[in-house]
Amino acid sequence: MTSQPATATSTSCPVCDAPLHVPANTLAHEVLVCADCQSELEVTSVRPLTVALAPEVEEDWGE
Amino acid sequence: MSARVRIAFLHGLLRPEEKLLLEACARRGVDVQPVHVDELVLDLGAAAPPAVFDGCDLVLDRGLSASKSAVLLACLETWGLLCVNSSHVVAVCSDKVLTNRVLAAAGIPMPRALLAFEPAAARGALEAFGYPVVLKPPHGSWGRLLAKVNDADAAEALLEHKSVLGSHQHAIVYAQEYVEKGGYDVRVFVIGDQVLCAIVRHSPHWITNTARGAKTARYEVTPELSSLCGAAARALGGGLLAMDVFVDAEGRLLLNEVNHSMEFRNSIAPTGVDIPGRMVDYLIERAAARAAARGAAAPPAVATQAAAATSAARRTTAAPSSATRGADAGHAT
Repeated sequence: MTSQPATATSTSCPVCDAPLHVPANTLAHEVLVCADCQSELEVTSVRPLTVALAPEVEEDWGE
Repeated sequence: MSARVRIAFLHGLLRPEEKLLLEACARRGVDVQPVHVDELVLDLGAAAPPAVFDGCDLVLDRGLSASKSAVLLACLETWGLLCVNSSHVVAVCSDKVLTNRVLAAAGIPMPRALLAFEPAAARGALEAFGYPVVLKPPHGSWGRLLAKVNDADAAEALLEHKSVLGSHQHAIVYAQEYVEKGGYDVRVFVIGDQVLCAIVRHSPHWITNTARGAKTARYEVTPELSSLCGAAARALGGGLLAMDVFVDAEGRLLLNEVNHSMEFRNSIAPTGVDIPGRMVDYLIERAAARAAARGAAAPPAVATQAAAATSAARRTTAAPSSATRGADAGHAT
């Protein structure tokens, strides 16, 4: 995580390549959903802005 | 202690809850040191924890993996760090068997439950227990891998599948009586040993999970509910806890489960309570109490009154995930 929010606000979905507009105050490791393909994406870096397919939920995840 | 409270914020993926907590910290002037659990390496022979924890008054665990959290927090506590929740609370609450035993020993009413280690022993026990019954993995959340078993044939198949196909943990059979709860359960938010607020989750499905379409509304906290959850929190060790409570056909309260890393994004609006703000207030209090106990100067009051607890979900082209990774996804049997 970084306390610095994202500056660049657009990239593309790594799954479907659709344009992905990211809210300006997004933080690294935040989870987003692609509006086109509904893939869950992790913001891996905000400077530069990069996203990747979010990891699958693991068995011990949760509350 | 530093002049302002400084919190090490353990995290993995950031859910809306983590962002709301970060915003609440910012409003209260709390310094936050983000620590991604997966980026940590601990030197177990070191005299001090990793430098990233230097100057931190308290460690807040918001990691997604209960197993990693339990181990990590236990290590950090050996270095004298104050962790919320404590490693003990995480270890107990992330294990349904241990939760059941700790609460039963404290006299907390819960659904009846059995533990068995082999399919043959489990089948016999379930026959005596009576159907329907609910099989749950001892570890896990968000309603995953729960099974309502209606008869002996289904039990035989499920137990064999768990034994053959699952990991060694799934060979441990934790079975809970099926409670007729009138299509709803109650999620209670507890801070320390005090009930903060509660919601009711209505669903036609036996798993009352908001991700499955359960509808939520504010639930009036009764003295009985407050007493039950307060006693449960004290038995577990206190902290930031979310408790799932059934009201059975006779009107009795039964504590089903306790969650150690509460999700609350869908509970702020119906309750009208600034849940993340109150959580951070608790952290500030705990840090001050720790400082006082050590004879250090307590941090100044940093209560900038939160205007509104919740920030509206931002949904532009890309929207924060809400459904599949939690969403107050408490489950019920």
